[in-house]
Amino acid sequence: MDKLQFKPKSRWREFIGEKFIALSALSALVAIFLIFAFIFKESIPIFTDPDIKEEASVDKMVFKQEFYEGREAKWSWQPNSEVPKYSLLPLFIGTIKAALIAMLFAVPLGVGAAVYSAEFASRRMREFIKPIIELLAGIPSVVLGFLALIVLATFLQKTFGFVFRLNTINAGIALGLAVIPIVFTVAEDAMTSVPKSLRDAALALGANPWQVSMTVVLPAALPGIAAGIVLGFGRAIGETMIVLMASGNAAIISASFTDSIRTISATIAAELAEVVFGSAHYSVLFFLGTLLFVFTFFINLGGDYILGRLKIKFQGRMK
Amino acid sequence: MINPTVTETAAPAAEIPLAFKPKKGGYIPKGLTLLSVIIITVILAVILYNIVFGGIGIISVDFLTHPPEQGMEAGGIFPAIFGTVALVILMTIAVVPIGVLTAIYLQEFTSPDSRITRLIRLAINNLAGVPSIVFGLFGLGFFIGFVGRGMDLLFTDGSGPVWAQPAIIWASLTLAVLTLPVVIVATEEALRTIPPEIKDASYALGATKLQTIIRVILPQATPGILTGAILAVSRGAGEVAPIMFTGAAYYLPYLPGKLNDQFMELGYHIYVMATQSPDVEKTKPILYGTVLVLLVLTFMLNFLAVILRSKIRSKRVNA
Repeated sequence: MDKLQFKPKSRWREFIGEKFIALSALSALVAIFLIFAFIFKESIPIFTDPDIKEEASVDKMVFKQEFYEGREAKWSWQPNSEVPKYSLLPLFIGTIKAALIAMLFAVPLGVGAAVYSAEFASRRMREFIKPIIELLAGIPSVVLGFLALIVLATFLQKTFGFVFRLNTINAGIALGLAVIPIVFTVAEDAMTSVPKSLRDAALALGANPWQVSMTVVLPAALPGIAAGIVLGFGRAIGETMIVLMASGNAAIISASFTDSIRTISATIAAELAEVVFGSAHYSVLFFLGTLLFVFTFFINLGGDYILGRLKIKFQGRMK
Repeated sequence: MINPTVTETAAPAAEIPLAFKPKKGGYIPKGLTLLSVIIITVILAVILYNIVFGGIGIISVDFLTHPPEQGMEAGGIFPAIFGTVALVILMTIAVVPIGVLTAIYLQEFTSPDSRITRLIRLAINNLAGVPSIVFGLFGLGFFIGFVGRGMDLLFTDGSGPVWAQPAIIWASLTLAVLTLPVVIVATEEALRTIPPEIKDASYALGATKLQTIIRVILPQATPGILTGAILAVSRGAGEVAPIMFTGAAYYLPYLPGKLNDQFMELGYHIYVMATQSPDVEKTKPILYGTVLVLLVLTFMLNFLAVILRSKIRSKRVNA
């Protein structure tokens, strides 16, 4: 008589085990919710507390303020000054400027390398490119920040004669290095998942391999490449250590890329350690965090949506 | 002759108009995209060269086993290494069980198209894109401000904060939330490679779902889980922004021995030495040495993960 290898255990154990697994699976969902809830919670006083509103209302963060009587109204971020100034505009401009340089640097390199890897590279070459990108992705951002601060800044200043050693271009290039792997990975993935039937059809119509790449694969994978760029932009906006170390952290409004900048993320990192718990400054920093979270959340949602649609499109066409 | 007409009437095939005009070349797109690859490779080579040759000179047993001296201008980095290792061990203990259970739920309990799976997947993707500084705010607001303060109210006499302050436990839990997507994704990939026959065999022997998971699926997925854990450690060891306010310290004369102690950490040590040191030229050798140690640590871990992963993948091909 054959014996069963497993003894049937109690249903209760089974039930509890399964429910425990299901409960754990909600962790990511719970985490996202808690992150938003607890960051937003700390910034609520900006909207409700009269004392804090006096110092830093939404109004004061957005519009020009006449900080000293009789002086010209302006946007200014100086939370530790005698008259605390909480205009967010200088930080927004700094963040956008850094991200812009990063994207100008990372998109051509990331997309270019992805096109080469997916379309032109031999198998052997591809096996060389992928680890290169993985190595780049594996460099901690504090190391990139350190290099930008110690090496790149000196090099750029010597070469181009910048007035400020730490400036937008310096921070932007280092930031770009952190963005390249994201752009590359997403774009390359989109191109390699273009159905073979599309390529074959183009080849049958007389296209040579690079015509296939340029007129068929690239247009088909374009949404995926765009998603890579969007996700890379999200990273550039949120990245902290690189800009904190390499940008000079001066909250000034200027259109020049050779000026120093102060980004939203670097502001939180630099100021939160010294801030008084529960003060207006504290709430404003959490409010900045909330903005950062909400912004990257929608960026990621958008990128995901594009990639999901693309996947359905490609798989639908395959069979 | 059998049917001679066939060969006689076979006219030369009419010229089919090709959709693509035959063109030579494709050198320009190929060349330009190859240039992207070359630039990225050169940048990576310069980075690695700079760090390795900047840091190799100071690396010695003494450097790795002694604490900093004279305001970090001399001595070693042992407390930072110790703190980093302790941090990632605690983080791994927290993140791996939850990540693995989530992956098991997604792969074994639900269909990929169900609403809850899609919701959880959305959360995972989004969690992976949350800026690291936002995790720092979350750790401060949730773990220290909420969990820590709650524990103080419940378990202490209220004479002073015991848990409601920056500590290694909060820093590691913050990193655990940050690395959760890494573990889930790697475990899921491993689970997908398990042939369904093995599970069927287990059920055929009378095992329940829970027994199958514990005794069949988990052992099969161990290399994948290990890969996920290693990647999480590599990611966690390089993050600075999430631990800045949740437990990392500039300098500590002692090593962390309790869960609510603060700690020193390699990445944070780099940031502090690079930006707060009165004389960067003097700390430069130590700084480079620390960067090299951190980089070697993260690269070795990544390398290990890549090897493990390729082993899993080749197993899938053979199966």
